[in-house]
Amino acid sequence: MTRRTWVTLALVASVVALFALPLVLGAPSDYAGTDSVATAEIQASNPGYEPWFDSVFSPGSSEVESGLFALQAALGGGVLGYVLGRLRGRRSRATAEAPTSGPADTTP
Amino acid sequence: MHIAEGFLPPAHAIGWTIAAAPFVVHGARAVVKEVRENPESTLLLGAAGAFTFVLSAIKLPSVTGSSSHPTGTGVGAILFRPPVMALLGTVVLLFQALLLAHGGLTTLGANAFSMAVVGPWAGYGTYRLARRASGNLLVGVFAGMMIADLSTYVTTSLQLALAFPDAESGFLGAAVKFLGVFAVTQVPLAVAEGFLGVLLFRVLTVNARPELERLGVLRPQPTDEATR
Repeated sequence: MTRRTWVTLALVASVVALFALPLVLGAPSDYAGTDSVATAEIQASNPGYEPWFDSVFSPGSSEVESGLFALQAALGGGVLGYVLGRLRGRRSRATAEAPTSGPADTTP
Repeated sequence: MHIAEGFLPPAHAIGWTIAAAPFVVHGARAVVKEVRENPESTLLLGAAGAFTFVLSAIKLPSVTGSSSHPTGTGVGAILFRPPVMALLGTVVLLFQALLLAHGGLTTLGANAFSMAVVGPWAGYGTYRLARRASGNLLVGVFAGMMIADLSTYVTTSLQLALAFPDAESGFLGAAVKFLGVFAVTQVPLAVAEGFLGVLLFRVLTVNARPELERLGVLRPQPTDEATR
């Protein structure tokens, strides 16, 4: 494998490790979201505070909510993958044509 | 960093909305200008928005026993300068406020100010400094992405401390408390986001060289210099 591949693998492994280590080594925890932890802090220190506006739409069940979060990730991941795939395809086409047709023509 | 719907007193909600609005309008004009003058930018602009979209959908565990979102705003700030992210980040926040009951309309201004204004600008500034100091694009990307993420959460903590100062220790005491919730949890996530940014830019420097040269991220080079 080339050095470039090793660097990629090391970077991916670092990202995975950063999230896996707290789960494996950390004390048992339910990993509550910081957003709701902060909300709880506010309610504890300001018992008189009433939220004065409610969400226009709440997913209702946590199942539906996680589905919508997955949808958001899928949309983002899909678009990102599409762009990177197109850019890569353009480059491999350009390098394939380069030896015969001189300067690479990037238009499809 | 999403301040929940209704969890900022009206005066703060209005104040942050007024503070964020000019940045978002300016950002919208920057996006329109970029697409009109350089239609070939649309692909990368989509990638920058999509990156923020994915990352802010994922809650990740941290050493503090809480979980939190990355922001992903550094990529667009580095590629297209921070104004475009003021719009793209706000679109993401609006999506989450309307469909996911995550964040809210009354807190959209405050959340946009932290994630779509402070984060991208702090990240971009850090990127420029780190890149100049190190002479290396990827070192700049790592530092910029990390600070874009972290500064967003520091801003949220300060916004909450301003709205809910501690009864005894005042603003400072509340700031320490909220920084303990948000910023400390965020450190490993910000580092991971830095690595993800490096991964993405390694792909882009190879496959999107013409775009990066036009955007001024890479200097035009006829020879294929190794980009590790």
